[in-house]
Amino acid sequence: MREVAGEFERPALLFSGGKDSICLLRLAEKAFRPSDIPMPLLNVDTGHHFPELNAFRDRRAAELGAKLIIRRVEDAIAQGIATPAPGEISRNKLQIPTLLAAIEEFRFDACIGGARRDEEKARAKERFFSFRDSFGQWDPKNQRPEIWNLYNGRLNAGENMRIFPLSNWTEMDVWEYIRREQLEVPSIYFSHRRSCVRRHGQWLPVTDILPPKPGETVRELVVRVRTIGDIISTGLVESPADTFDDIIAEIAAARVTERGSRADDKASEAAMEDRKKAGYF
Amino acid sequence: MSISPAPELNATLAPEPLSPSSIASTALATHPIDILRFNTCGSVDDGKSTLIGRLLYDSKSLMEDQIEALERSADITGGGQINLANLTDGLRAEREQGITIDVAYRYFATPRRKFIIADTPGHVQYTRNMVTGASTANLSIVLVDARTGVIEQSRRHSCLASLLRIPHLVVAVNKMDLVGWSEERFREIRDDFEKFLPRLDIKDVKFIPISALNGDNVVSPSPHTPWHVGPPLLGHLETVHIASDWNLSGFRFPVQWVNRPHSPSNPRLHDFRGLSGQIAGGVVRRGQKVLVLPAGITTSIKQIWTYDGPVDEAFCPQSVTLVLEHDLDVSRGNMIVGLDDFMPGAGSNLHAKICWMHPRPLQRGKKYLLKHTTNTVQAVVSEIENRIDITTLEPRSAPAELALNDIGEIRLRTAKPLFYDGYATNRLTGSFILIEQGTNATVAAGMLLPPKQVVRADEIDFVI
Repeated sequence: MREVAGEFERPALLFSGGKDSICLLRLAEKAFRPSDIPMPLLNVDTGHHFPELNAFRDRRAAELGAKLIIRRVEDAIAQGIATPAPGEISRNKLQIPTLLAAIEEFRFDACIGGARRDEEKARAKERFFSFRDSFGQWDPKNQRPEIWNLYNGRLNAGENMRIFPLSNWTEMDVWEYIRREQLEVPSIYFSHRRSCVRRHGQWLPVTDILPPKPGETVRELVVRVRTIGDIISTGLVESPADTFDDIIAEIAAARVTERGSRADDKASEAAMEDRKKAGYF
Repeated sequence: MSISPAPELNATLAPEPLSPSSIASTALATHPIDILRFNTCGSVDDGKSTLIGRLLYDSKSLMEDQIEALERSADITGGGQINLANLTDGLRAEREQGITIDVAYRYFATPRRKFIIADTPGHVQYTRNMVTGASTANLSIVLVDARTGVIEQSRRHSCLASLLRIPHLVVAVNKMDLVGWSEERFREIRDDFEKFLPRLDIKDVKFIPISALNGDNVVSPSPHTPWHVGPPLLGHLETVHIASDWNLSGFRFPVQWVNRPHSPSNPRLHDFRGLSGQIAGGVVRRGQKVLVLPAGITTSIKQIWTYDGPVDEAFCPQSVTLVLEHDLDVSRGNMIVGLDDFMPGAGSNLHAKICWMHPRPLQRGKKYLLKHTTNTVQAVVSEIENRIDITTLEPRSAPAELALNDIGEIRLRTAKPLFYDGYATNRLTGSFILIEQGTNATVAAGMLLPPKQVVRADEIDFVI
């Protein structure tokens, strides 16, 4: 992170309030204190976020005295920057043009994100310093070699670097770190009661955006989230885990990956790769 | 200048945990529990991806949805047989060609250790990615196809492991099932490989006969190799002794970021001027005399800051913020070193081994950017001394150029003097990359040879 602060003119830190970006914030504090974190926090709000998550995001940014920039997919649609595919309700792909527009607006040259290589196959190939061309595109065949701890952060105008300090962390590492540092996380990571419907083999939260379809039964379950995406594609896991220790024990015994509960990755074998090539974070 | 820590920063005096508190230290992972980082290499179709898939599968590190995904693609692509290689070959282009085109990182853990695998391609076109994967590894697995035996690629990979000073090597003789589990064939390959070993600087080499496809000797011992003594591959990976290779004898602190809070709300922080970075070698203690380079000024350490409070000493590879006794002009790219017998080399004429990583060959006389620690300077290649023949490790004298994947010795002149160590004594202060101006491509990885001239502490003026 200090390398980013040292090498780039206008970096930003992507902060959603999710568990990975919570770790990022603590790393930033460790890297820069007693100074303030020398970059703004940026969040692309799909409008389909869990309300608990947004409330947490806003409060944490205020507590840290950090500048929080929010760019909304809804606004991007209104401005014609992002156009939903016919019939598509997911806002996942629409984050891409929204993020790229924010990068352009603030002329960010580097964005620090909380992506981890263990999440997904295409992410496994990601660099710490991941070069994006002036269209925001990632080219897996043309990545800069990263040798030792020497990161090449040089850019030409319009190009951008995505920086992933947590690349080598696993889901377990994230929770162990959160426990060790006693970091606060949004309440939805802990077990709570929620109305759910079963769809495509997953429990999805019933909301205004995602009402139950005819024939689907709404059930009250004790659930928590393992990974937070859009509220319409985040699968909930039935779990009584309400402490860090419980969560860690649950992950240790888990038989499916965290991404197993994300509908957006199941669209095709290379769904994440295709999104990243288009500029996804 | 006198400051005392702000109360909220002084809350705990716990020793600095080995936290991944910077990008740099994440790359050289420090973790409460033991992590073995290894890479796999071999030619195309030697079965690297299959081996990694097998390690994950048999060590029960795969999750149900991953196995389901494998089964789904097996149904579509071929014969209903699960292809373990599809676990790592995740990109479309890789599946199209059936080869690995880039480094993929995989993670798994057993009760004894955590593992980070860099799955590095064997295809010659992507050797630069192999160097990338190997530069941070503790151990290298070279796969040899039992049918074809030791070939140029196997030698090239072992040589790279040696050049990058990876301390441990495993030669996994794969596809033993296809040579009828012949002990004779295994010995032949081992003898062939051992002839080559004296040229390498690797002390620990193990040979293991395996079948990645069937899982023999990968996680559990194979009934087909009663003649093989020693553990299966995973057992070896779990127990190989990875003594710390951090050099603790010479303090090196490349300044990464100048920490000046300028806090209007907290007057005690107003004059704070700290130097943040990762310790690249040695130990630093409060009160210790240090030398600031290139200024050549001696001062002492007033405070060692961490997020969890001040500490009395810190060591490589921790990330800390140092406050100096005197208010000196120090910036990113400068280096703070200890005043002891073990001083860094100094100068703008450098001698190094490099691996060329770009399709456009190295041009003598062309200016490149050289990034060394936190310092980026202009550099020009004054001489290409030799190209190293990887199959024999013999130097071939004075080539006209170094092309993609070539390794050779060069001499460089930098626009400003560098302070450095030989790569053999310190991986962090002895390595550099070359960046092409204009395209900004990373074109070479360099390892510095031991310095001829070092900074002499007794010649330094005490300016303040």
